[in-house]
Amino acid sequence: MGGLRLYKRYFLIQVKSAMQYKTSFLLTTIGQFLTSFNVFLGIYFMFQRFHAVEGFTYSEVLLCFSITLMEFSLAEAFFRGFDTFSGIISNGEFDRIMVRPRNEILQVLGSRIELTRIGRFLQAAVLFVYGIMKSHVLWSWDKAVTVLFMLIGGTAVFSGLFLIYAAICFFTLEGLEFMNILTDGAREYGKYPISIYGKRVLQFCTFVIPYALIQYYPICYILEKNSSWWYPFLPLLAILFLIPCLCLWKFGVHHYKSTGSY
Amino acid sequence: MIEVQHLCKTFYVARRGAGFGQALHSLFHKDYEEIRALDDVSFSIQEGEMVGYIGPNGAGKSSTIKILSGILVPDGGSCIINGRVPWQDRISHVREIGVVFGQRTQLWWDVPVMDSYELLRDIYGVPEAIYQENLEELTDLLNLSELLKTPVRQLSLGQRMRCEIAASLLHNPRILFLDEPTIGLDAVSKLAVRKFILRRNQLHHTTVILTTHDMQDIEALTKRIILIGKGKILLDGTLDDIPGSHGNMEQAMADLYRNYGI
Repeated sequence: MGGLRLYKRYFLIQVKSAMQYKTSFLLTTIGQFLTSFNVFLGIYFMFQRFHAVEGFTYSEVLLCFSITLMEFSLAEAFFRGFDTFSGIISNGEFDRIMVRPRNEILQVLGSRIELTRIGRFLQAAVLFVYGIMKSHVLWSWDKAVTVLFMLIGGTAVFSGLFLIYAAICFFTLEGLEFMNILTDGAREYGKYPISIYGKRVLQFCTFVIPYALIQYYPICYILEKNSSWWYPFLPLLAILFLIPCLCLWKFGVHHYKSTGSY
Repeated sequence: MIEVQHLCKTFYVARRGAGFGQALHSLFHKDYEEIRALDDVSFSIQEGEMVGYIGPNGAGKSSTIKILSGILVPDGGSCIINGRVPWQDRISHVREIGVVFGQRTQLWWDVPVMDSYELLRDIYGVPEAIYQENLEELTDLLNLSELLKTPVRQLSLGQRMRCEIAASLLHNPRILFLDEPTIGLDAVSKLAVRKFILRRNQLHHTTVILTTHDMQDIEALTKRIILIGKGKILLDGTLDDIPGSHGNMEQAMADLYRNYGI
């Protein structure tokens, strides 16, 4: 049986588990929806006072933010298992994963499917549609493809960051909060095109952790600030970021120490 | 079948005294204590054998089981099981083993036992006909028919343990690792579990490696025992090799541990 079908089975068992606690499920979903709605309000009110940031208008920033949020939500919906990975290690669940004949990553993904994230995902989807409608972009097929590439590349980059976060847990046995700067932080900073933070940050986000590749450069292409033909393909290049992340993960599994008695 | 030679595993455990001052101190300077969990461990086990792997708390029993089941990578030595190295060929190795950790569950907490079994069937890729046959046999022998529709969190410990053992046998493993399978069970459940393990070994020729502190488990199940203490194999023989084993077993074991200074 293929990995995807098995993931579906995991998904079903998670749905069944979540349904055991209906009220909690509903309230969390609504809460998630409201949380990221706040962020949207934040941008909205700020642009009531300022009309442009570093040459980007309100509608342009909105488009940028909505795409980044969508990428993040996609990655989060599937890869959330890694966010609680320190728990999976410390309660011994990872021992269980190791004695089952399946890829470890697939099993971690399957062990924590956060259905309540549907709230955030819906919100991202609404904002995504709103952002695209509000933006004064003349849509053409190449721009549509660019958005698609951004979603693919962005999901890969955020997933990679979740993976690094988890791999570090093998050594510290605890989650490191500073990693959230790179995941949740990136989502927050991602509201605005990376260039507004200055040249150094843009360089860091181009060559070290490729945020700019999934956000700034393709956005520039869509907004016709730069029409180099290769800008739309940069998000796909960002997928390569997953390779070092996977290597770090493999290294972590090899050094897994297990918990409890010896 | 199982060939273990010169296995070594060392853990580094951070030590600090109690109290806030000590906690603060350990933030900057940590004292590590080296614990040799396994120190040159060698043994071999034939197909169809039942072996009791015993020793006091912290002797290295769990570490051995974790290495044999592919969870941990040892620091040195070799281990070949059915022609494979567990930590290198993890996926094909674990397909042929079943593991029961007495203190941890492998079932999904919030859903009926049956749902867990079906997910396990998919994880191991057990063909439907074989699965049904195994399920029927296990339900019959372990008296599970009443329990299969109950959510795991509502089972008593003894009921859960019977379900756990069945879960680890659905894919017809050739080797079964039992880590304290009778811990906390009442007399009736203990007898049922023992009787079942014995039958399984006779009918299916399953190799069983059993760690336990319950000497009656050993008397009832295994001819051969391996005694480990402070990471070293101290005795590999039969019950008759333990002085006073025909009288009070608990007393005989306590004397034995004292004699070896473990």
